Amino acid sequence: MQPWSRTQMAARAAQDIPDGWYCNLGIGMPTLIADHIPGGREVVLHSENGILGMGPAPEKGREDAWLINAGKQPVTLHPGGSYFHHADSFAMIRGGHIDLCVLGAFEVAQNGDIANWATSENDTAPAVGGAMDLAAGAKRVWVMMEHTTKDGRPKLVEACSYPLTAMKAVTRIYTNLAVLDVTAEGFALRDLAPGVTLDHLRSVTAAPLHDARETAGA
Amino acid sequence: MIDKIVRDMAAAMEGVKDGSTVLVGGFGAAGQPDDLIEGLIEQGATDLTIVANNAGTGRTGLARLMELGRVRKIICSFPRSVGSVVFEELYKAGKLELEIVPQGTLAERMRAAGAGIPAFFTPTAAGTKLGQGKETREFGGRPHVMELALPGDVALVEAWEADRWGNLTYRRSGRNFNPVMAMAAKLTIVQAQKIVELGAIEGERVVTPGIFVDRVLNVKRGAPWGEADAA
Repeated sequence: MQPWSRTQMAARAAQDIPDGWYCNLGIGMPTLIADHIPGGREVVLHSENGILGMGPAPEKGREDAWLINAGKQPVTLHPGGSYFHHADSFAMIRGGHIDLCVLGAFEVAQNGDIANWATSENDTAPAVGGAMDLAAGAKRVWVMMEHTTKDGRPKLVEACSYPLTAMKAVTRIYTNLAVLDVTAEGFALRDLAPGVTLDHLRSVTAAPLHDARETAGA
Repeated sequence: MIDKIVRDMAAAMEGVKDGSTVLVGGFGAAGQPDDLIEGLIEQGATDLTIVANNAGTGRTGLARLMELGRVRKIICSFPRSVGSVVFEELYKAGKLELEIVPQGTLAERMRAAGAGIPAFFTPTAAGTKLGQGKETREFGGRPHVMELALPGDVALVEAWEADRWGNLTYRRSGRNFNPVMAMAAKLTIVQAQKIVELGAIEGERVVTPGIFVDRVLNVKRGAPWGEADAA
């Protein structure tokens, strides 16, 4: 069994982003997708703090303290990029103008519910940032995460146990083991990492899933 | 003649009352009005409600204002970040009230306040803990929660250029919350890196028109110091 590495997961997700999409890539793993957009495609990256057309990190020594992303890391501006204030930035998100948002998650339920901001009902001061706006507002929400927690608990579940970020928001999930869609019939398998069997995948997924690969078993 | 340029910090902070709601611009270190926060610490107003994206880091700026016991409540989207030690201490000790607001809802509540809209409905937070207790209504078959406008008594804003009418530009991602906060407060106080002649900021370049600005203080502080925590 050869689970995908974080880089491979990012590259796998990047393959599925078509030319011309406006995308917001969440802090952490989803950020890696930016480095793997296939050549020849123009994908415009959005950052919550008011940047459209965000470019890669600057070379060392050329950081600009005035130009940071939502993770507060120095970035650059792509030619054609623009700056705007927070209300406009979230109008892009909440008004359904962003084609795709990729988020990390603690759990995703079979109906597309996502939990990614608070790890317990008793955490009285969790940080939500822009997660709820993105999950509720983007045209599509994909999740990129490990298939299970560090101690092996499934993160794809029938119903989320952690506090929700948004209801019925997620349509696709990229994990280290598989690519799955959220459908009216529950999780649908689209792709498996090399050597991962359907039985193994089912054993680490806490919800029913059906094989929807174009060439099932390949 | 209109001249919103003030000569010193004391003039900038004059009349900020105890119990005020203070909107503080900035995202990370970019666009954060550090000098005005210091000025507010010096000025002495207390029992404040602070509206900002984060709840302060380290022991300076907002964190210091909180540590001095001058903040009753904080309204923000991301209270916990690397270095939010003062927030953690005060919150754990029950000395600080907290309202967590999704970042887009936070920006929109202030924009609404500035635009005379008392409340609005949004799908953000519907069906979540942050939507609990809020009026909910369905539009297009989807639940939405009602959010109230969030006006400020005072806004502290950092700008790049300003003229004597209070027209402002911002620097790159230093714009962030500053323009919506400038709209949303009764008294908008700006620290600007450069004061320019009236007319030097061409009409097309004005980001915040002077009507939203009350006082401008020239603070040449140079680039903000980058910080590496999450939001």
